[in-house]
Amino acid sequence: MSSQSTLDGASIRTADASVLASGASRALTSEQPSAERDGPAWFNPRVLARRWTAIVVFLALWEVAPRLGLINAAYLSPFSEVALRLASGLLSGELVHHLLVSLSRSFSGFVLALGVGLPLGVALGWFHKFERFADPLVQLIRQVPAVALLPLFIMLLGVGELSKVVIIFYGAQWAIQLNTVSGVKNVDPLLIKLARSLGLSRLDLFRKIILPAALPTIFTGLRLSATRSILIIVAAEMMGGKSGIGYVLKNSEYNYDIVTMYAAIMLLALVGLSTNYLLIGLESRFSSWKPETTRY
Amino acid sequence: MSLIRAEAVRKTYRARKRFGGAAKQDTLALEDVNIEVRDGEILTIVGPSGCGKSTFLDIVAGLVEHDGGAVYLGDKKIDGPGLDRGIVFQGYALIPWKTVLDNVAFGLEAQGIPKPERQVIARRYIDLVGLSKFEDRTPHELSGGMKQRVAIARALAFDPKVLLMDEPFAAVDEQTRERLQLELVRIARETKKTVLFITHSIDEAVLLGDRVAIMTSRPGTIKATVDVEFSRSDDKRSASIRSTPAFSEIRELVAGYLKSEVDKALAAEQSR
Repeated sequence: MSSQSTLDGASIRTADASVLASGASRALTSEQPSAERDGPAWFNPRVLARRWTAIVVFLALWEVAPRLGLINAAYLSPFSEVALRLASGLLSGELVHHLLVSLSRSFSGFVLALGVGLPLGVALGWFHKFERFADPLVQLIRQVPAVALLPLFIMLLGVGELSKVVIIFYGAQWAIQLNTVSGVKNVDPLLIKLARSLGLSRLDLFRKIILPAALPTIFTGLRLSATRSILIIVAAEMMGGKSGIGYVLKNSEYNYDIVTMYAAIMLLALVGLSTNYLLIGLESRFSSWKPETTRY
Repeated sequence: MSLIRAEAVRKTYRARKRFGGAAKQDTLALEDVNIEVRDGEILTIVGPSGCGKSTFLDIVAGLVEHDGGAVYLGDKKIDGPGLDRGIVFQGYALIPWKTVLDNVAFGLEAQGIPKPERQVIARRYIDLVGLSKFEDRTPHELSGGMKQRVAIARALAFDPKVLLMDEPFAAVDEQTRERLQLELVRIARETKKTVLFITHSIDEAVLLGDRVAIMTSRPGTIKATVDVEFSRSDDKRSASIRSTPAFSEIRELVAGYLKSEVDKALAAEQSR
């Protein structure tokens, strides 16, 4: 219910930003982002140039360096060849197949991480006694990197789907859990004081104040863990299995198929980028009442 | 007739023992506080910073426990928070993801009043504080003065017996503060509310109060109460009243009581 009112607030604000009473308009207009006044960013040539220059220069160097012999072409294929290989791989469906395999593994692990990390984070943030009891153990286990546990999981669970999904679950749930804890714990104390003064029950305090206030922080955790689950699946697929982008990467490296290797790397970068932006879009809808959202 | 009655209220803050360090002494914040707020009046409490006046308000609000004496609302002893008291905090305490309308209706929501009904009531109070055009905005789109109007509307909306205000205008600019002060008096009279108002400004205390209570520096206790004679006819209570001889006379009186307390508070701070 409260997330509903958040969405309403966001849409109303942009809809009638122009019909302000004159007295308040000064305070209000200064808070409007400058891009809105100059028209949409993607349409403005100066903004476009500013955002794309670095990438264009990078791609040009990539193209030219192996062709001029600045870098041995056996180790670095020119950008155009890699781009063509990526396009043909996607069109033939071969890379699409591997990509879908990787994504579905990541997604399963991520959903599992969400199902465990979110309730665990809420419990740790809300019940102080439970936190005091569990925190030392949590901090200890947290120090073990997911990749270090990979051989163990393969040994215990085999090289099949299960070990891959479990390793993603393990690696992805930390960001969700820790962000949920900090979101729940760092609610403005004045709002809690307000809720107490209005005689809200503990359950209502949680439903109406704590959870909506923690939502933006929790969503940051979801975003970090989604991108992390894609990183981890690549490592897991490189260590065992016959499908997925990680397998393509490893396999092409074995066969000295350098062009395909770079195409797989490029695909990973594009997938990561689009996942991140998709989630930032979602995140800003949930946290429109907060002044800023970070984009790392 | 008194609406709020505080009898010999004492509050001690227990010092936390630091691991390995010397135990610090407990702090006596309030000592033997006796005061009455009469039904329908605006009582202002003025005192030096750190004197415990905000602690006293929190005790009346039922948010902080006291360890001696008793506070009564009507003939009921206060032992926790309740919707018979509406609080206006200095930091506004608006819910940032809710619109002005939903913020004002929040106390009614806590009471379990259905949505259509609470919106009707909330709109009436939004109108009272002059924010009808802004009911769909969220707090970060409002100026400080507007935020405090929303907070006042919220505190009034669930129809409490008394408004408890903790330095509500300390964070807004001077012009806005003057307008809010005058409007508060109008609103309190219109809604026939009793107001307990905490401030560190002598001017504000004398301008708003039907009576002004002066609190001593720590441990806080009520040193004196001063009747503000000119407040009986409200049409006189405009910004220009500050320049009348009657105003400056009462102002001087309160300032005299307060001066020795401020000196004491400063001396105590320097000796630490």
